[in-house]
Amino acid sequence: MEKINEFGGLFICGGCNAKIGPGNLSKLLNGLPQTNDDRLLVGFDSTDDAGVIKLSDDVALIQTLDFFPTMVSDPYLFGKIAATNALSDVYAMGGKVLSAMNIVCFPEEMDINILGEILRGGSEVIQEAKALLVGGHSIHDSTPKYGLSVTGTIHPDNILTNNNCQVGDILILTKAIGVGIITTAYSVGETTDENFAEAISSMTTLNKYASEVIVKHKVSSCTDVTGFGLLGHLSEMLGENQTAYLTSRDIPVISGAYECAQELLVTAGGQRNRNFLNDKVLFKCDDFAIEELMFDPQTSGGLLISVPAEYAKKLVDELQQVDQLASVIGKVVELDTHKIIIE
Amino acid sequence: MKQVDARGLTCPKPVIEAKKALKENNCIEVLVDNQIATENLKKLAEVKQYKVNVIKESNQSFKVILSTGSSNSPVQNNVILEPNKSNTNVVVAVDTEVMGQGNQQLGESLMKSFIYALAEQDFQPTCILFYNGGAKLTVENSPVLEDLKGISERGVSILTCGACLDFYGLTERLAVGEITNMYRIVELMSTAHHVVKP
Repeated sequence: MEKINEFGGLFICGGCNAKIGPGNLSKLLNGLPQTNDDRLLVGFDSTDDAGVIKLSDDVALIQTLDFFPTMVSDPYLFGKIAATNALSDVYAMGGKVLSAMNIVCFPEEMDINILGEILRGGSEVIQEAKALLVGGHSIHDSTPKYGLSVTGTIHPDNILTNNNCQVGDILILTKAIGVGIITTAYSVGETTDENFAEAISSMTTLNKYASEVIVKHKVSSCTDVTGFGLLGHLSEMLGENQTAYLTSRDIPVISGAYECAQELLVTAGGQRNRNFLNDKVLFKCDDFAIEELMFDPQTSGGLLISVPAEYAKKLVDELQQVDQLASVIGKVVELDTHKIIIE
Repeated sequence: MKQVDARGLTCPKPVIEAKKALKENNCIEVLVDNQIATENLKKLAEVKQYKVNVIKESNQSFKVILSTGSSNSPVQNNVILEPNKSNTNVVVAVDTEVMGQGNQQLGESLMKSFIYALAEQDFQPTCILFYNGGAKLTVENSPVLEDLKGISERGVSILTCGACLDFYGLTERLAVGEITNMYRIVELMSTAHHVVKP
């Protein structure tokens, strides 16, 4: 298989789009034996990406790892994006990052300096996060893959889980959607450098800053939007008797992504998400491109926050101080005809 | 007809290649190697109001015929189930809720493992027909429902006789696939190369 594209950069094959489909995975996980221990505050019986283990009455450990194949051809940017994404799960839980370790797969025959660039990108992000880089593990593989194993800490009483929405909550999203569509379109020469730069900037923005704001507020639930797309991660957040109403015109979108979606520059991952969620979602807006954007896998996406209505205004105002795109995109109501209804 | 070989290409490349070819041709045939790519091509057709046919030759081989509709095109706007030339066109006909004759309990258990084994095959039939007692297998609480849903997700049509569902009072409880009629059943069985019966 081709590993270097014509520009001498990395061959593009993934990002969060490479994630195994949600349907396939939950079937397998349900079949595995469960760990029962009072210290395990969040385990993999929940759909949270990180595990949380109680060490004492004041400290719990957050453990998470994320790595994926290349979604942009520039190795340095790939390193930054993969590291930003890997750290995100800790921030989505409201935790502080403590340490990180590199996970590397790299072809034996490829120029080792490319790996150097990937690691340089990753380490810059780790430094920005003020995390300690404490080691890593690397193996030869047919295509490059990179990510981090991350350890964080949190007070056991302050864990923000991703499945605790309350009826009446307001939904807030901190980053624009459409990065999957833009990186894919850019890789085939179908969108502009400006649009691509906007997507890169979004994917390399740490959720640290938004997380530091939300921990000061009475937030019900929080997740980071990644491979399952906005709608996939939202559906995981909702309780059995809840429906989310979204207003499509309020959802921030990366420039050019709407036009690319209209031209069907969409990924296989997006279609897998659509197939998985199809009967749970009702689109009243009659806009195909918007549908595609909402199913689009987001590599290193923003935080999706569910907060009681009375605190929403203040939270959005404060979030916009650190992240101008933070927007109210909908609300949580009692169960309606579908899990998610989009107007 | 212009043929576009998009096998081995990841989305959205099959769509891009199809769009390029449709600039110069009214009707094209796109070869792809996965179901998701056919779905993305179907969305292209929906958005651009093209006519589309998907022909499944195996789980790794699909032909998607797209037509802009601006000429006398042979393409009808529906998904046809029968591959053109085929040693792969297999129809499974299930006419009872038990497999074989003899003990009822054994028959139920055999049917369950037949559907399970069918779901595990690499090769998949074009469609599975359910009629008479078989209609009880595609409704809510059926012991084989999960396996049938899995098979359906792989692109196999699950078709249940509407008159049979009606007869057993199960029409409202159909839980997988679609309702069909006797004309379609006759057509599918008579154009199949093999009809498999449990």
